[in-house]
Amino acid sequence: MHLSADEMIFWQYGLLKLNGTIVFTWTLMLVLALGSKLVTRKLSTGLERSRWQNLLEIVVSAIGRQIEDVGLRHSRKYLPFLGTLFLFIAAANLGTVIPGYEPPTGSLSTTAALALCVFVAVPLFGIADQGLRRYLKSYTEPTLLMLPFNIISELSRTLALAVRLFGNMMSGVMIIGILLTITPFVFPIVMTVLGLLTGMVQAYIFSILAAVYIAAATRTRKSGATGSETDPAPAPTP
Amino acid sequence: MLIDWFTVGAQALNFLILVWLMKRFLYQPVLDAIDARERRVAAELADAAAKQDEAKHERDDFRLRNEAFDQQRAGLLDKARDEAKALRQRLLDEARAAADTLQAQRQQMLDNDARQLNQAISQRTRQEVFAIARKTLGDLADTSLEERLGNVFAQRLRALDATTRAGLAAALRSAAGPAIVRSAFDLPAPQRAAIQQALDETFPAQANLQFETAANLIGGIELAANGQKVAWSIDDYLASLEQGVHDILRSQAGRGSAPPQAIAIEPKPGPAAQ
Repeated sequence: MHLSADEMIFWQYGLLKLNGTIVFTWTLMLVLALGSKLVTRKLSTGLERSRWQNLLEIVVSAIGRQIEDVGLRHSRKYLPFLGTLFLFIAAANLGTVIPGYEPPTGSLSTTAALALCVFVAVPLFGIADQGLRRYLKSYTEPTLLMLPFNIISELSRTLALAVRLFGNMMSGVMIIGILLTITPFVFPIVMTVLGLLTGMVQAYIFSILAAVYIAAATRTRKSGATGSETDPAPAPTP
Repeated sequence: MLIDWFTVGAQALNFLILVWLMKRFLYQPVLDAIDARERRVAAELADAAAKQDEAKHERDDFRLRNEAFDQQRAGLLDKARDEAKALRQRLLDEARAAADTLQAQRQQMLDNDARQLNQAISQRTRQEVFAIARKTLGDLADTSLEERLGNVFAQRLRALDATTRAGLAAALRSAAGPAIVRSAFDLPAPQRAAIQQALDETFPAQANLQFETAANLIGGIELAANGQKVAWSIDDYLASLEQGVHDILRSQAGRGSAPPQAIAIEPKPGPAAQ
């Protein structure tokens, strides 16, 4: 039994390796990209449209609304990054119903990579929105004494993102694996269903937290200038 | 080691590639389709609003035109009603005038008929009375009517009042020609002599007489000299009879039953005719 898909090594050459995480990730990427390509190949702009187009429009519109609810005004600017975060994690977690599938999100390497992407994306969006000086100055607010705490906050929340998702998914997989050895009938199915719910919740939490962090980075300066909208939407706590 | 840094880097790269792929194949096409649909719906809504405005405008225009049409129709109806009323009045007047004309013509025709009937009755009555008198005199008095008429005329000449006698005397004196004695029949010689004698006795001047026969003087004799005329006929006796016949005709015409000709055509036969 593998703790994560990283341990499933298919090929290795020095540092280069092809493990289960990468393979399952590629599979997910292929499914998502091909599915999107197939559905969006013949999009209708009229009132009549296919059920798959309806589904995708609902998903995309819902993600856009969630981004706006968090406080990001131009949701389309952040939709590719945040939407892909949600869809990738959700797809990775929902795939656990397939026998033999190991979710990439159950690997700390994947969650760390996603957290690092968020860690990099937050200042990039912040700088793009406010400029470098204003963004860097936001780390010294409200006083210069808060600079180390802000930096620690950035690092710790990135770590929290990675570990939270990894822990939840890994624990779910582990629990199911252990239960299969103890009670091989019925109960693992219930836990699998619970794992689906947990996976969706984790995907939502991860992407919402990323949106909140980006919103905090892009709205700090604006809130100081306008005197309103001082706080971004409260970050949900897992 | 839970973290494999190569895997971390590979997953980060995978994720970035996935972001690009999803943006290329999912978000952009779907958002474009949504935008196109929203534009289309907005265009259709704007078109519907424009059509609604146009319909409202046309409705208002139609209402205005309808009101104008109603007013025009009411005006035309009033005008037509007035014209019909005037035409009716004119036709009534014309009909009334035509009826009056017809009535006048009919009345005139009736009067003419009545007058002709009166004349015919009078003429017939004179003839009948004259025939009765002639027969009666012949049967009862063994004398002729002409004889009695001549004698009566001679007596009347003798019994003229002074004024008439003076006027007639002046006329006889001033007459260039002989005085004319007209009668409906040819006077016998004794009656002519009697009339001549009566004139001679009555008027101092010698009067020459010329005897003529006039058919219209039924039962009458007249003496005419230089515009003066002395006459006697049975017309005076027939006047009351004529008045009675006239009253009967008038009452028949007033009832509007039988036309007056019905009476005039068939006069009652006199006793002389039997």
